[in-house]
Amino acid sequence: MEDIKILSARFGKIKPDSVEEYINAGGYEGLKKAVTMQQEEIIEEMKKSNLYGRGGAAYPTGIKWEQAYAVKKDPKYLVCNADEGEPGTFKDKRILAEDPLLLIEGMTIGAYIMGAKEGYIYIRGEYSAIQRIVKSAIENAKKAGYLGTNILGKGFDFDLHVVSGAGAYVCGENTALVESLEGKQGRPRQKPPYVKNCGLFQMPTILNNVETYSCIPCIVNVGGERYSSFGTEFSGGTKLLCLSGNVVNRGVYEIPYGLTIREIIYNLGGGVKDGKKLKFVHLGGSSGSCLPESLLDTRICYDDLKKNGLSLGSGAVLVVDDSNCVVDYLKAVMEFFEEESCGKCTPCREGNQRLLELLEKLSQGRGTLADIEKMKSIAQTMKMTSFCGLGQSAPTALVTLLKYFENEFIEHTAGKCANGKCSMNSKGVN
Amino acid sequence: MDMINLKIDGLDVSVSKGTTILEAAKELKIDIPTLCYIKKLNEVGSCRVCVVEIEGKRGLQPACVTNVSEGMVVSTANKTVRETRKNILELILANHNRECLSCPRNLKCELQKLCNEAGVDNVYYEKKALRSPVSASLSIVRDPGKCVLCGRCISVCANVQNVGVIDFAYRGPQTAVTTPYEQNLSENSCINCGQCIEICPVGALQEKDDTDKVWSAIDNPGLHVVVQVAPAVRVALGEEFGMPVGSNVEGKMVSALKRLGFDKVFDTDFSADLTIMEEGTELLDRINNGGKLPLITSCSPGWIKFCEHNYQDFLDNLSSCKSPQQMFGAVAKSYYAKRADIDPAKIFVVSVMPCTAKKFEAVRDEMQVNGYREVDAVITTRELAKMIKLSGMDFTKLPDGTFDGILGESTGAAVIFGATGGVMEAALRTVADILTGKDLQDIDYKEVRGLEGTREATVEINGMEIKLAIVNGTGNAAKLLDKIRAGEANYHFIEVMACRGGCINGGGQPIILDKSKTEEVRQRRAEGLYGIDRSKEIRKSHQNPEIKELYADFFEKPGSHKVHEHLHTHYVKR
Ligand SMILES: Cc1cc2nc3c(=O)[nH]c(=O)nc-3n(C[C@H](O)[C@H](O)[C@H](O)COP(=O)(O)O)c2cc1C
Ligand code: SF4
Ligand code: SF4
Ligand code: SF4
Ligand code: SF4
Repeated sequence: MEDIKILSARFGKIKPDSVEEYINAGGYEGLKKAVTMQQEEIIEEMKKSNLYGRGGAAYPTGIKWEQAYAVKKDPKYLVCNADEGEPGTFKDKRILAEDPLLLIEGMTIGAYIMGAKEGYIYIRGEYSAIQRIVKSAIENAKKAGYLGTNILGKGFDFDLHVVSGAGAYVCGENTALVESLEGKQGRPRQKPPYVKNCGLFQMPTILNNVETYSCIPCIVNVGGERYSSFGTEFSGGTKLLCLSGNVVNRGVYEIPYGLTIREIIYNLGGGVKDGKKLKFVHLGGSSGSCLPESLLDTRICYDDLKKNGLSLGSGAVLVVDDSNCVVDYLKAVMEFFEEESCGKCTPCREGNQRLLELLEKLSQGRGTLADIEKMKSIAQTMKMTSFCGLGQSAPTALVTLLKYFENEFIEHTAGKCANGKCSMNSKGVN
Repeated sequence: MDMINLKIDGLDVSVSKGTTILEAAKELKIDIPTLCYIKKLNEVGSCRVCVVEIEGKRGLQPACVTNVSEGMVVSTANKTVRETRKNILELILANHNRECLSCPRNLKCELQKLCNEAGVDNVYYEKKALRSPVSASLSIVRDPGKCVLCGRCISVCANVQNVGVIDFAYRGPQTAVTTPYEQNLSENSCINCGQCIEICPVGALQEKDDTDKVWSAIDNPGLHVVVQVAPAVRVALGEEFGMPVGSNVEGKMVSALKRLGFDKVFDTDFSADLTIMEEGTELLDRINNGGKLPLITSCSPGWIKFCEHNYQDFLDNLSSCKSPQQMFGAVAKSYYAKRADIDPAKIFVVSVMPCTAKKFEAVRDEMQVNGYREVDAVITTRELAKMIKLSGMDFTKLPDGTFDGILGESTGAAVIFGATGGVMEAALRTVADILTGKDLQDIDYKEVRGLEGTREATVEINGMEIKLAIVNGTGNAAKLLDKIRAGEANYHFIEVMACRGGCINGGGQPIILDKSKTEEVRQRRAEGLYGIDRSKEIRKSHQNPEIKELYADFFEKPGSHKVHEHLHTHYVKR
């Protein structure tokens, strides 16, 4: 397998906000080519590329852009989701910090297609130093004629603004992000209408993840078909994965679609740390599913994952070794969701609190089999009725761990935590 | 019109495009339960109680905000839906201070009804709500431990009243409805209208209870306790005792008040007639002598506070007349005290009002006469019902009593004060007689009646054209004043009531359990008032014999110096 670096090629090799160094390292070829093409042509290439959104929901980007392009309403906006709030995810950070002009180029191509004059990059509040780098890159791109007015002398204008995130995980949800950009509370909106039809200031809006935009220059440059061929038949290109947890080599890796999870953990990641055994992998961040050893040979590509009831989410691969207890692990996950629920809808606001309550009972040795059934029932209600993706996916880890490790939960009802992680204080164990 | 065909619970239905599943189901007489939903006001889809299953769709969908589509197949009560709904209600209850037995909303609570109907018999969880404690202003009590976070109060306050002092804050388990910087509602621009109470599905909002003050006054033998009752109370109080909406229970109410132990039972209708004498005179004076126009009514204290906060350039347009409640108190502690030979310091004036803002009005600095507070305690229609229940009276069987004399006689003009347009009509009846010098017989000013939020009319009296506007709901008032500011509209006389529909729908009126019936209830309460008006022999304020006597004995004439000392006031910028 060839070692393809599309997104990470310049990481650490150039001064991130230098247009000159960016161009010398192959930058802006995509935009230069794009402005010689028809808008529909570029969208066609994107569709051929099999590019799926890299923010988590994996919606086909070409189709999204085609639909937004077809909306006859002005002005249109471009928004970049750089909120990167999913635990275990730190890939957008690398692009923003080490090659922000790639993102800017991708958005500028988008603006050329949509005729958008204004774009926003909504960057996680904690990334304040990185916000400065991105702002500087924007200024430099303007000075060099790649952004601002009359871009590349082609008579189109596009300006970009950096907006600092409001500090809530839910602000990464696309409609909540738009609300937050409008200066309102970051709470999701009812869909439909969708952002592509009626987004920022009620105008058609293209909203994509940092990594998604960053794929566009290459797609334009090498063509959709060629780009797609880097990945599998149904999942085009490459993906940044964030390897973390009990693994030897943590970090961000750019991989072509098609590698197996095992290859990633053992070949790239150097295996489980401290010679321990792998217990499960939490894929796609806290909102993703947990898979056991037996599924490690699943390939990273949307179809194969889906067949096994998994999804890639943001690209987080968190390795959990066998010294961990599933109940204890889940408690931390559910604490996160309990706090991050925006509080708008009942199933998520209340459900997360109750799941945590029942997990705590289990961890204290007071849990019962009925509690386990109740957890399944609440999880199902949350999944089926929550207003947005946060509540719908919050119980995913719980549901999958219950599926693969139910015995361990049952043991807890008998007052036993094999890993010795739970205090079991009510029964005097430990 | 584009029609959409779909199947709900196996039944075919055809509805127009853009209809929600909830509305389509109504066509089939299927009531999908809802909690946060209020048609056109709070369509947020957040409580998830109304979820239904749609064939081919992942998960369940909220019926209140999901539009129908061709060929859709919907199940509103299959096993999945039933179990899920029960789960959701149980989740709400788990975070709710369940104390129905002592809750002011008991038996008028939408959550209670929903849980009952969905068969939520047991709440599985242990942990209790951890929300901030009860907070009270002069009018409104908020109990976050009972709040279901439906957002209805936020919508009413912001979108109907244009006040917007409450909103969601925080997230996760801390999510709450609160004020900016957690201010008490007394400290901000809340107008005390109580419309948030009326719309709240549960007992998280209620009036500040002042019945204790009233009980202890009654129990105090050193006090002469008089009570006045506002027009709108008599057509709503019966609802608290299961009587049909709009029933006129004036007689039973008077009997009940006497039995409760009030020394005198008087009528705010009397002082409403007095208000018309003063306000009618003021209008003619302003028109004839180049005074500030439009003249805007001042009997709704929610509206006054709204104006004082947001439309200070209109303060000089407000009628200087005190409201009927305060005029009553002023007369009770001056004229009545003198006639009855009672030391005004010993007179305790209680008002029964359909309104929570009246509690605030009564304690305004300006509302004093000869150094005495004009009104000592204000209770709402709901609080009166509570007192009657507490004293064990069988209200529906009480005989009819009559108001006591010298502050108890009133006219048909006064009673219609309780409905939007009523003050205007009452004023026109008197102004028309003054201008024509006749006793006109055609006195039904139908053009100013109705429940629409904003109405305009022009009437011609004796060659004088008077341009009128009537608005109800402070949001509508704001729109009208904006137009006047912009020079797009002008009038001689404007009636403003803070609440939609007027006092009949005030923040102190009986709670309407089925909120979809609100419009109908308003209508019937208003009809109740117009019915009383029709049945009255005297229907014009200036013909009220007690009012005539009051001027002859005490005030001389409308607008006199003495009148100004007692019955007029001024406003402040807030
Ligand atoms: C609770 C929640 C948090 C999310 N956070 C992010 C985020 O931090 N970054 C992101 O790109 N997408 C996030 N998403 C996904 C976005 O809603 C949206 O699908 C995505 O930004 C679209 O871009 P894409 O198609 O390029 O992936 C989140 C979704 C949910 C439900
Ligand atoms: S699922 Fe509901 S409560 Fe949770 S974040 Fe989304 S809208 Fe807010
Ligand atoms: S609000 Fe309703 S459910 Fe809650 S305690 Fe009061 S009556 Fe009971
Ligand atoms: S009383 Fe009126 S103004 Fe005050 S919070 Fe309630 S609705 Fe808003
Ligand atoms: S106070 Fe009442 S109306 Fe307001 S959000 Fe809470 S439950 Fe709903």
